[in-house]
Amino acid sequence: MSDGGVDTGRRRFLTAATVAVGGAGAAFAAYPFLAAWQPSARAEAAGAPVEVDLSKLEPGDMLRVEWRGKPIYVVNRSTPMLERLDEHRDQLRDPDSSAPQQPAYAENPYRSREPEVLVLVGLCTHLGCSPSYRPEVAPADLGPQWAGGFFCPCHGSRFDLAGRVYQGVPAPLNMAVPPYRYLSDNVILVGEDEGAA
Amino acid sequence: MKSLRHGMLLLGLLPMVAFAAGDGATLQSANIDVGNTASLQRGARLFHNYCLGCHSVEYMRYSRVAEDLGLPPELAQESLIFTDAKLGDRIEIAMPPEASADWFGKAPPDLTLTARQRGVDWVYTYLNSFYLDESSTTGVNNVVFPDVAMPHVLWPLQGWQAARFAPGEHGADHGAFEGFELVEAGQLTPGEYDDAIRDITAYMSYLAEPMQTQRQRLGLWVLAFIAVLGVLAYLLKQEYWKDVH
Amino acid sequence: MRDVLIKGRDWIDARFPMTKLWNEQAGEYYAPKNFNIWYYFGSLALVVLVNQIVTGIWLTMNYKPSAAEAFASVEYIMRDVEWGWLIRYMHSTGASLFFVVVYLHMFRGLLYGSYRKPRELLWLIGMVIYLVLMGEAFMGYLLPWGQMSYWGAQVIISLFGAIPVVGEQLAQFIRGDYVVSDATLNRFFALHVIALPLVLAGLVVAHLIALHEVGSNNPDGIEIKAHKDAAGKPVDGIRFHPYYTVKDLYGLAVFLGLAAIIIFFTPEMGGYFLEHANFQPADPLQTPEHIAPVWYFTPFYAILRAVPDKLGGVIAMGGAVMILMLLPWLDRSPVRSVRYKGPIFKAALALFVVSFLGLGYLGLQPPTPTYTLLARIFSVIYFGFFLLMPIYSRLDPVKPVPDRLT
Repeated sequence: MSDGGVDTGRRRFLTAATVAVGGAGAAFAAYPFLAAWQPSARAEAAGAPVEVDLSKLEPGDMLRVEWRGKPIYVVNRSTPMLERLDEHRDQLRDPDSSAPQQPAYAENPYRSREPEVLVLVGLCTHLGCSPSYRPEVAPADLGPQWAGGFFCPCHGSRFDLAGRVYQGVPAPLNMAVPPYRYLSDNVILVGEDEGAA
Repeated sequence: MKSLRHGMLLLGLLPMVAFAAGDGATLQSANIDVGNTASLQRGARLFHNYCLGCHSVEYMRYSRVAEDLGLPPELAQESLIFTDAKLGDRIEIAMPPEASADWFGKAPPDLTLTARQRGVDWVYTYLNSFYLDESSTTGVNNVVFPDVAMPHVLWPLQGWQAARFAPGEHGADHGAFEGFELVEAGQLTPGEYDDAIRDITAYMSYLAEPMQTQRQRLGLWVLAFIAVLGVLAYLLKQEYWKDVH
Repeated sequence: MRDVLIKGRDWIDARFPMTKLWNEQAGEYYAPKNFNIWYYFGSLALVVLVNQIVTGIWLTMNYKPSAAEAFASVEYIMRDVEWGWLIRYMHSTGASLFFVVVYLHMFRGLLYGSYRKPRELLWLIGMVIYLVLMGEAFMGYLLPWGQMSYWGAQVIISLFGAIPVVGEQLAQFIRGDYVVSDATLNRFFALHVIALPLVLAGLVVAHLIALHEVGSNNPDGIEIKAHKDAAGKPVDGIRFHPYYTVKDLYGLAVFLGLAAIIIFFTPEMGGYFLEHANFQPADPLQTPEHIAPVWYFTPFYAILRAVPDKLGGVIAMGGAVMILMLLPWLDRSPVRSVRYKGPIFKAALALFVVSFLGLGYLGLQPPTPTYTLLARIFSVIYFGFFLLMPIYSRLDPVKPVPDRLT
């Protein structure tokens, strides 16, 4: 064995090339293993968009449906409810919905496609409890300030009737609006935007 | 089969064994192309119309079929689903297995993996081998599956055929199978029927291993990559081994 | 950057012998310079082991070890889990390739006398690895819960029933039921995914430590330690790293190519790696027409069937595996390598290879009178190769062994 006549440049180049190609191979090989953690076809089928019929939903009432294992709240807001939405702007953390908690079509004062119908993911943005629907104004337990909305029993977070979070509660963000679209005047499809196949 | 033999050569120590075909009947080559989407679509139409009444494909989802066969959701809903199933559901049947066991003496098997279990040649030959047999309750028998409980569901397409057997010896009913004769024509000519059952066989092969074409396409890329790595590793080895005398 | 790396290395070395271990096991480990193609299979076995562990971990994420769900969960992996089919084929192909690689690795030992003193313990550890691997493969084969899984397990476990007095009790104890059932599947799952792999990993480490203690044998079967240079390094030895690391890398690329051909183009390998009958869910009421174990067990299965007595067959089958352990003490030849052994050993080895392959073939076939006769002849040769070795290896006229590697 002698060290004479070793072409170190070629040796270094070949080593680098082999390491690079081998590393790329390792990355390619890792991809299927990471992708295998994505929701499976079964999970996707179970999480398919859900149709909700609004025809029997009276003004002021809420119904719950399940989409991807999460509770979805659908509220038919009455005219007085809508009118009150603007009164407590200064008490909200994000009154204009600037945080991306809703699709672009719900980035408006009502956080919905049609003013009356509110569609929300019924999970508190604090630690994921399901807030209760409290439409009444100034009930005894929630105090005179309460203008109707959602109250999280876990840690006391408060949201208004557009799912916007109040200041001074643990929840950092407005409740999320899921993608949804109207199939007809009285039927919405939760889980799918327009254009999506 | 080509890649199979190729693999055999690699190990060199594994002999070829013909897969047992049941009663020794010879199987005809299915000669299908699972990569041919048009053939799969035709096969799917026939399969979903004629087979799904009794057989399930319980490990497969309609949505997967629609996607792989290039069918848009609305069309898939219309042409593939004849129950109240949703597109994302698995392909099950409405008939309870107990009831079907009553009607046929035996619950019709799930067909998801039949093409892998018995082989595509068997499936193709089976679909081509129903013949009139008065001794059977369904009125038909099958050369590759004697005393089969299944009736000849495809008879409107094929018509009815009779089988010719060599004379029986030693008290046997009949000897070796010799050939078929069409007794009553169906809607399709024999050639068209042959194409139809090849399409069904191709579709069943697809159902048994839906990723097979994707697998082979990917395999070429993987092999190309490994070849590059191999060449580099070889040059690297040669370079270092210059030291060794 | 370089300084930071060196500092980091020194920080670890002061607390853990990282550099020392690397040098002992690779950087300063001197291996004979004349390794040939037979010497790839050790490192390849290690690669396959890693593949089995990684893909196995991923399979357990979706597999359900219950009689009601196992079969469907495998098809779920094949269809609904993204890339699940690739991970599954890597595991099923890897299982067969593990045996291909290990058999070739063992045959290398047979060729060049790698089991001879001072490597007896190295050989024994390797044999225990092989035994654990057989258990691992057998239990893993039950998990898909297909017809072959079920009936193969039924047959093999019933073999224990041949043991006098306690046999039936023992078989029942292994199954945890009167037949192979949910309980059997569940415990085989536990053993397959954690117990045996742990043992296997420990044994592989022991195998490597023992190897690096005694040093590698080579195709000439002579010790390179006999000739050392002024620095105390064997003159016919080269550092494992970089010389054998780059060589093994090349071997790995070729092996990966062959593995990829199987995985992507013929994952069933014509029914040898994934048996056709196993695409049908287990049915305890109906035995498939023809039961054959997976190919890597068939030589021993053929020996089992060749003996016309239940207990005798089980003993012969077990003996056929265990007798390999005695090899270091059966071989009395003055030389190690087949290169310098005489015609008697070469003829015996050739007969042994033919018998082993022949038995492997016969184990896949249904037993006919001709085949049974052939299996008996091959079985006799198989055992004769080992039992007569103390005699013929001494009588064999050997060639002179060179002083240095050729």
